Amino acid sequence: MRQALIAATAFALALATQPVVAQNKPAPAATAKKAAKPAAAAPVEEKDAATVEFEKFRTMMEESNPAELFEAQGEDFWKSIRGPKQVSLATSCDLGLGVGIVKGAYVQMPRYFADAGKVMDAERRIVWCMIEKQGFKEADIMKQPFASGSYTPEPTSLVTYVAANSKDMKFAVPLKDPRVKEVYEIGREVTNHRAGPYDFSCNTCHGADGKRIRMQNLPNIATPKGATTAVMGWPGYRMTGGVMLTQQWRMGDCFRQQRFPQPKYVSDTITSLLTYMTANANGATYKGPGIKR
Amino acid sequence: MGSPMKIRAQMKGDVADIKILMAHTMETGQRKDPKTNQAIPAHFIQQFSVEVGGKAVVQSQTGPSISTNPVFGFKVKGAKAGDKVVVKWQDNKGDSRADEATVA
Repeated sequence: MRQALIAATAFALALATQPVVAQNKPAPAATAKKAAKPAAAAPVEEKDAATVEFEKFRTMMEESNPAELFEAQGEDFWKSIRGPKQVSLATSCDLGLGVGIVKGAYVQMPRYFADAGKVMDAERRIVWCMIEKQGFKEADIMKQPFASGSYTPEPTSLVTYVAANSKDMKFAVPLKDPRVKEVYEIGREVTNHRAGPYDFSCNTCHGADGKRIRMQNLPNIATPKGATTAVMGWPGYRMTGGVMLTQQWRMGDCFRQQRFPQPKYVSDTITSLLTYMTANANGATYKGPGIKR
Repeated sequence: MGSPMKIRAQMKGDVADIKILMAHTMETGQRKDPKTNQAIPAHFIQQFSVEVGGKAVVQSQTGPSISTNPVFGFKVKGAKAGDKVVVKWQDNKGDSRADEATVA
């Protein structure tokens, strides 16, 4: 047992070191050829064989993304009369562009909603509408907010539907609104906040270019390019486990990975982070719900 | 009755490219529920058939090794735009589903 463990560790180490070598190799060559170009960017641009193969696989999967199944389910939830108040979201919920208007709403959120007096991201707004307009109980939604096994929460399907209706549209978070700008600044501060048993902040991993964890390149969310990578593909269908997951889940899980206490579902903290990241990606074209390994 | 399928059928030259996305848990029967420690009963699509323009083109037998929400894709010669594509599946619990699409 012990031997097996050691062998496994050695194998894992070998795996972990390989791509580093592969990634760093081209850097000196590039510097020699073109000294004028900053060499620091090279390790990020250089893709190892595994990344290239994985991208091929991902393109293939994107053609028939099971997220479409959740989109169809979400459309049904959006249009049908539901909840204790017996109203449909399509006739009561304003996603920022007018009651019932879904097209293009996702890429313009988070935004400020006067009726709620808060800046909200798409998922938070949907949950707010479900509670305020349809009369669902907050406690029931909070009980299990994320998908697991064959269970998919209703807001997850709904946000997939809303997101799919902004496919091929440009991110345009209304940063000109001072209330949105304020939340954006709070989001920036949250990414800087170091705490927890590891003394981590978001920026420990996502605040500089060219960082990596095992085989995965980590986007620098302070740059437009990195922020685009971070917000693209959410909500996403995760092949491991076959579940549909949202950005709210992704943010919560980031905190878990940092060994922080997890923020509450649809809380101010998560909205501020999403405002910061999505606004940094402003101008990039959203490709619709994605697929994750 | 299962959830609806997504069927895409498109002519590419003289070949119809058909992709079917099925909504199904495809439970193998070998997993355990971590809370109750009981095996989750097997639940998977056992067979499906595809008809294009009234002609049977695929008859399949599938088992628990197929993934959750599976995607099947194939190319059919001799189809033309406007042909009706009918897909039917049946699972081991007797549930079934049939959906249609038109070749574009």
